[in-house]
Amino acid sequence: MANAEEPILEVRSITKRFPGVVALDNVSAQFYPGKVHAVVGENGAGKSTLMKILVGAYIPDEGEILFQGQPIHFSHPREAQEAGISIIYQEFNLLPERTVAQNIFLGREPTRYGLIDQRQLRRRTRDVLKQVGAEDMISPDAEVKSLSIAEQQLVEIAKALSFDSKVLIMDEPTAALATHEVEILTRLIHKLIEQGMAVIFISHRFTEVFDIADTITVLKDGQYVATAPATEVTPSKIITMMVGRELDQYFPRLARPEEIGEVMVQVVNGSNNKLHDINLTLRAGEIVGVAGLQGSGRTELAQALFGVAPFTSGQLTLKGQDSHVKSPNAAIHARMGFVTEDRKAEGIFPNQPLNDNILVSVRALQLVLGRIKRNGTASKPHLVSELVKQVDVRTPSLTQEVQYLSGGNQQKVVLAKWLASTCDIFIFDEPTRGIDVDAKASIHEMIRELTQAGAAVLMISSELPEVIGMSDRIVVMWDGRISGELPAGASEEDIMILATGHREQEAEAAVETAV
Amino acid sequence: MSALTWSNMRSRVRESKIPPVYAILLIVFVSAIVLDAIFGRGQITSGVILTNMVVRSVALGIVAMGQTFVMLAASIDLSVAYLISVTAVMASYLMQGDPARVPLAVAAVFAIGGLVGLINGLIVSKLKVNPFIATLGVGLVLKGILNASFETFVGAVPRSFQTLGYGTLGPIPISILVLLAVTLISAFVLSRTRFGSHLYAVGGSEITSRLSGLRTDRVLILAHVVCSLTAVLTGLFVVSRLRSGAPWVGTDGLYDLESIAAVVVGGTALSGGKGGVIGTLAGVLIFGVLDTMFNQLGVDTFLKQVLRGAIIILAVASYTVRSKEKAA
Repeated sequence: MANAEEPILEVRSITKRFPGVVALDNVSAQFYPGKVHAVVGENGAGKSTLMKILVGAYIPDEGEILFQGQPIHFSHPREAQEAGISIIYQEFNLLPERTVAQNIFLGREPTRYGLIDQRQLRRRTRDVLKQVGAEDMISPDAEVKSLSIAEQQLVEIAKALSFDSKVLIMDEPTAALATHEVEILTRLIHKLIEQGMAVIFISHRFTEVFDIADTITVLKDGQYVATAPATEVTPSKIITMMVGRELDQYFPRLARPEEIGEVMVQVVNGSNNKLHDINLTLRAGEIVGVAGLQGSGRTELAQALFGVAPFTSGQLTLKGQDSHVKSPNAAIHARMGFVTEDRKAEGIFPNQPLNDNILVSVRALQLVLGRIKRNGTASKPHLVSELVKQVDVRTPSLTQEVQYLSGGNQQKVVLAKWLASTCDIFIFDEPTRGIDVDAKASIHEMIRELTQAGAAVLMISSELPEVIGMSDRIVVMWDGRISGELPAGASEEDIMILATGHREQEAEAAVETAV
Repeated sequence: MSALTWSNMRSRVRESKIPPVYAILLIVFVSAIVLDAIFGRGQITSGVILTNMVVRSVALGIVAMGQTFVMLAASIDLSVAYLISVTAVMASYLMQGDPARVPLAVAAVFAIGGLVGLINGLIVSKLKVNPFIATLGVGLVLKGILNASFETFVGAVPRSFQTLGYGTLGPIPISILVLLAVTLISAFVLSRTRFGSHLYAVGGSEITSRLSGLRTDRVLILAHVVCSLTAVLTGLFVVSRLRSGAPWVGTDGLYDLESIAAVVVGGTALSGGKGGVIGTLAGVLIFGVLDTMFNQLGVDTFLKQVLRGAIIILAVASYTVRSKEKAA
């Protein structure tokens, strides 16, 4: 067993430059076996660059990396993996069409007489799955695409273990997990460090950082800020270090009663194959938060309202009129806007300029044949620059391809798209996922400004503090149903009770005993 | 020239709207002049040969414009070569050398083209068949019908109709003006109309387009109709030069694969959403310059094909290197 006093992995004065930016500036850090080390910082702080340097995906311009006391120079991630440093990216590196066993032993399949030894492949896969405690959950022969996100993550960890990794790096490991899955992961991480592994992880979620990590390192703008034991710092102190200022007033104020107006959206007994008996009212001037675990039907609710997968029964009333929103086009005609969860795939056109991104929905509402203005519409020729100013997109030009903007700025572009089409009903699905603290606050501010201008907002989020901090009312979903509604300022516990269906199960149990 | 001014020039060109393919066109053209001066007769820059070079590019150029439309929408059309054959044969069959029948024949072939485009578009967008297979299938159906009905040259186009292929307006061949007009109209549609901006959107991200309210199916169908109509125009041009249509004129001209190659060389992404017809024009002209150069130098036909293939690959590879540079 490695000596816990000696770092297993160490970076000394690492500098990495990209054209026009210094991604890492003279950063040093030590990682110890048997410890969980969290690296936090805003987007662009240099966390990912540091991780990529550790595994050889980038070569640092200056500085050195010591692994088990020896300087190392990896030129390919595979070399790092074979030496015992594994990384699990947020978007997994698994082949969806191949089986778990094929994925884990990709490129080093056990062979016999020159052929793949299927029996040994399965046995060794089962062994590593056992190490992550998933031998009963995941079959070596299951295709990866049939697994849940949490199961795929376990496969990635199993793969890392199959390399006898001494260091495991995880990029946002909990971002896509539901709460109970996070607990399973936490237990697994604890088991791994007991065996002497060093775990490094990047995260935006402070609850988990403080739950899991022994040590926290803060990076800011590519520079090392501080390293501290998790027991000696508080989340607000870390945030201060990350952004360089106090963020006590994190959320904008809630709606005043007089700001809440007429009913904009009403659903009565809305159902489809994923949703059951949805009853929902959304008024002008209010933010209704939707909480629920993954798979509870949150996103499906948004898709039903927006016509992506419409309700098949029940009644939908928009602004007092019976509506049959059968397509997104129809929803937009009713002035509804949908800021989707998967921004890259569903919200933006990454390799197209900002102005086209913002104007796409306005243009979609008009006849297909007709001239367009580059930066606006016939009646508002400067619409794009006005909106860019209004939502404060930081961009060098109006024709910048949006893939080169930061996540926060991309999200503002999506918002500007809906503002351009004069929407007054907004659905936000995970509005601040993957967005840094600073931009988060300004997006929260903008959502509140929408309601203050008379819009109705439905906001789905898996971050409970966000739901609680933002919502005038909170709707909680469970198993495709609305399991309850809570007033502003409800506690996390109240929400979790509804989100896990406890109350409903209790009620059913009560009915059964009564019968 | 110092490195600084060179990079200055590079960045200036990059900032302008000129697609990078024009640099390749320039290189190919200069090489052609040099090679011709050394090994050939040094006539490649003469007006006659230059004009000829462009005229040769007209047939491919027109259909490549339409191919650009579908490829921008992340689709593809392999049926164009067969549709060109259908157009050439049907036009000369319906005209039978009678000038009075020209309007009828032209209307008929455009109607056929529109229908083929509609079918292509419907199969791709509604039945969600991969466009490669869908349009190849439609092309094979067209080929079957054509081969069952006609065996060789049929009918003829009247002399007046040959103006399209051979006529001149002052010193400039009408065919070049047609190509120029098609290119400019296409460029205008792509950059200045809603349909154009929808095309880029659908090709850039189909899901985002749908969630932004676009009726993506209609956009895709319309793109296929446009592409088929340009194939018809190419067919009409081809038959006006040949004076009579035969069932093999389209496929022998390799208009399907060459139009796709010209679009890709011109800088339009195979994955859609990026590029344009101005680049395609350069792609087509590169082929024109190469062919003319090979002819002038008397290069063997088979070697010609090898060189053409290699140059296509080199051109497209240079973009990947460029975009990698940009990403780093």
